Amino acid sequence: MNTAHHLVLEDIHIALAGSPLLSLDAEIGPGEVLTVMGPSGSGKSTLLAYLAGFLAPAFQASGRVLLDGYDISRLPAERRGIGLLFQDSLLFPHLSVAGNLRFGVPRTVTDKAGRIEAALEQVGLSGFGSRDPATLSGGQKARVALMRLLLSEPCAVLLDEPFSKLDRPLRHDMRRLVFDRLREAGLPSLLVTHDREDAEDAGGRVIELDRSP
Amino acid sequence: MLRLAPLLIVTLLVGPILAGLVMALLPAFGYLPALGGERPSLAPWRELFVQPGLARSVAVSFASGLATTAVSLAVVLLFLASVSVSRLDRWIRRLVAPLLSLPHAAAAFGLAFLIAPSGLLARLISPELSGWQRPPDLLIVNDPWGLALMAGLVIKEIPFLLLMSLAALPQLDAERRVAMARSLGYRPMTAWLKVVVPALYPLIRLPVYAVIAYATAVVDVALILGPTLPPTLAVSILTWYQDPDLSRRFMASAGAVLQLGVTATALIAWWCLECLVARLGRQWLARGGRGQGEQPLRLAGKGLILLASLTAFVSLAGLALSSIAGFWRFPDALPQTVTAAHWLRALPTLAGPVATTALIAIGATLVALILVLAALENEQRGGRHPAQGKLLSALTLLYLPLIVPQIAFLFGLVVVMESLGTRPRLWLVIFGHLLFVLPYVFLSLSEAYRRFDPRWSQLALSLGTSRHAVFWRVRLPMLLAPLLTAGAVGLAISIGQYLPTLLLGAGRIATVTTEAVSLAAGGNRRVIGVWALVQASLPLVGFIIAVGLPRLLWSNRRGMRGSL
Repeated sequence: MNTAHHLVLEDIHIALAGSPLLSLDAEIGPGEVLTVMGPSGSGKSTLLAYLAGFLAPAFQASGRVLLDGYDISRLPAERRGIGLLFQDSLLFPHLSVAGNLRFGVPRTVTDKAGRIEAALEQVGLSGFGSRDPATLSGGQKARVALMRLLLSEPCAVLLDEPFSKLDRPLRHDMRRLVFDRLREAGLPSLLVTHDREDAEDAGGRVIELDRSP
Repeated sequence: MLRLAPLLIVTLLVGPILAGLVMALLPAFGYLPALGGERPSLAPWRELFVQPGLARSVAVSFASGLATTAVSLAVVLLFLASVSVSRLDRWIRRLVAPLLSLPHAAAAFGLAFLIAPSGLLARLISPELSGWQRPPDLLIVNDPWGLALMAGLVIKEIPFLLLMSLAALPQLDAERRVAMARSLGYRPMTAWLKVVVPALYPLIRLPVYAVIAYATAVVDVALILGPTLPPTLAVSILTWYQDPDLSRRFMASAGAVLQLGVTATALIAWWCLECLVARLGRQWLARGGRGQGEQPLRLAGKGLILLASLTAFVSLAGLALSSIAGFWRFPDALPQTVTAAHWLRALPTLAGPVATTALIAIGATLVALILVLAALENEQRGGRHPAQGKLLSALTLLYLPLIVPQIAFLFGLVVVMESLGTRPRLWLVIFGHLLFVLPYVFLSLSEAYRRFDPRWSQLALSLGTSRHAVFWRVRLPMLLAPLLTAGAVGLAISIGQYLPTLLLGAGRIATVTTEAVSLAAGGNRRVIGVWALVQASLPLVGFIIAVGLPRLLWSNRRGMRGSL
């Protein structure tokens, strides 16, 4: 998993109905976390939607998103190789914990069960595979969501305020876990947040977005 | 493929209705070469206007449309105002949902058994209170004013309008509106009527119009409860159409066009009433009365709906009682002997129609579900917001089969099908049912589908799953409960259809509903009790599956219960 990936955001401009919303030009190396901060209404979530491939048709965007040198900005979301981590863990309620992890594992992987058990063990959840996700604690859910993301072998990761709904004491540990794992996997990551502590723990560069003019 | 779904739905709904209307209009003016009508003429109209009692037929149809709607709407609004906060919502829904699935014909039979001179009510008050030793000689059911007909319709339309209102209310933030008005000194019920109703009514306007159209042109309920000499306009048209003398079809077509006019006039009259009420309402609002003596209104709000629901449930009990009654002398409230003979005698003849009913209902519902899912999935993938102009008009078209009277376009449709050389077959009836199943399935499913959190599919896509796989592996299983409910609604609508089955099946396809309604003229209560009860219980099977299956499948998944 330790192949190094590279994400370049080249001269990105997003506008809504003709009026410019945000501009960004940045490069994220393997294992780096770029933090984007800004008040609500500054277009943080629009930026994530654009990068992940879910931008609503009302927006116009220009620029290139280069992942390992290839422009992915015209690819459909499922072929971009960009993983997402949301505020909520969003574990599929109709699947077991193992089913949730298996959902992300690429088809080509042969020993899926072994991969899943190993992933659970890494985050201290051995034997949780058959559990109903609704019976897990908030921290446990967040860890399963993280492992589901990593098992899908993305080439880059977008984090949408992933810690804001966790209890305060849990937050620091979870941040450490997430950022360590992302670094280990050599994934370029973009974190969107309005919590300054998130940015500090991420340890990378911080870009501040202004409220749109 | 997916992109064609909305177009396909609109074509499926609008095409047959337009074709049917045209083929009602042409024979109405004498043109139908198949029956020798080569030249346009006004003869059908002349013949129609000399029919005895036509004016009365028209008047009863028109009046029952307006009266049914006004009473049902008033009861629903008063009730909602008297509850005012959504605390009781769940409780009401639970009470009302089974009533919505009750077929019109079964409800009508039940009411007839309840209020007839020899019915349950008369038995309960006899002989002690009324002094009747034998059934009084009163024309209660089939009364010439159509009051029994209107009562039967009101019982069925209250649950419909109530559910439509409950579905619209969350958009309005009614609780905060009422809280605001109360903080200005308005009594709760007055507050609800003054600040919620004006915003609620536009949202339920189309369902209200559907009720008017339905009540002016209903056939099966009118056959059971309506006046007989003369019957309502829709029933008269059906009689002329089925006359062995084929030349009467010209007059029947003219009648169908007249029915269209009567329904349209009723809608226009309602619209004028709307304007009048709005004007008076504005004055009432501006006067600023805070509401004195709300208590009677509150009692009325709760009492009336309770009365309607109780009537429906007691009616069903009456049907059940009749179906097992042996010897049952008049003033006795209960039969002296109980017997399974009626059921045992009916069972062999029940099997065929029950199977046909199920086949048609399942066929129409499956096609409707596929089309509706395709249209909604297409909407999701296009990323369009449903409230944007274009889709709003498409939604209005969905109501077309519910607002154009069945009897006005189904004859024409039959003529179209005959001229295309189509023999009456099962698939034709399924297609006819689809016209009415499709709108309800769409209305029932669209809300849940559009509210589904888009992050689930975004997340699944970002994990590398294709759009198709997201639909099959995420959206469909997570929306299983609303999907099954929509299916159950579709089944219930199809099971209750009378006229499409009768006309498109050319009387040769027997469903539980056509058989039950055809028993109305005979008046054998024991047999009617059996058939009406079977008709009433079939839709329940669908709802039991819709409630039970998700619980069974997700018994080990807490997150799949309830909230979705």
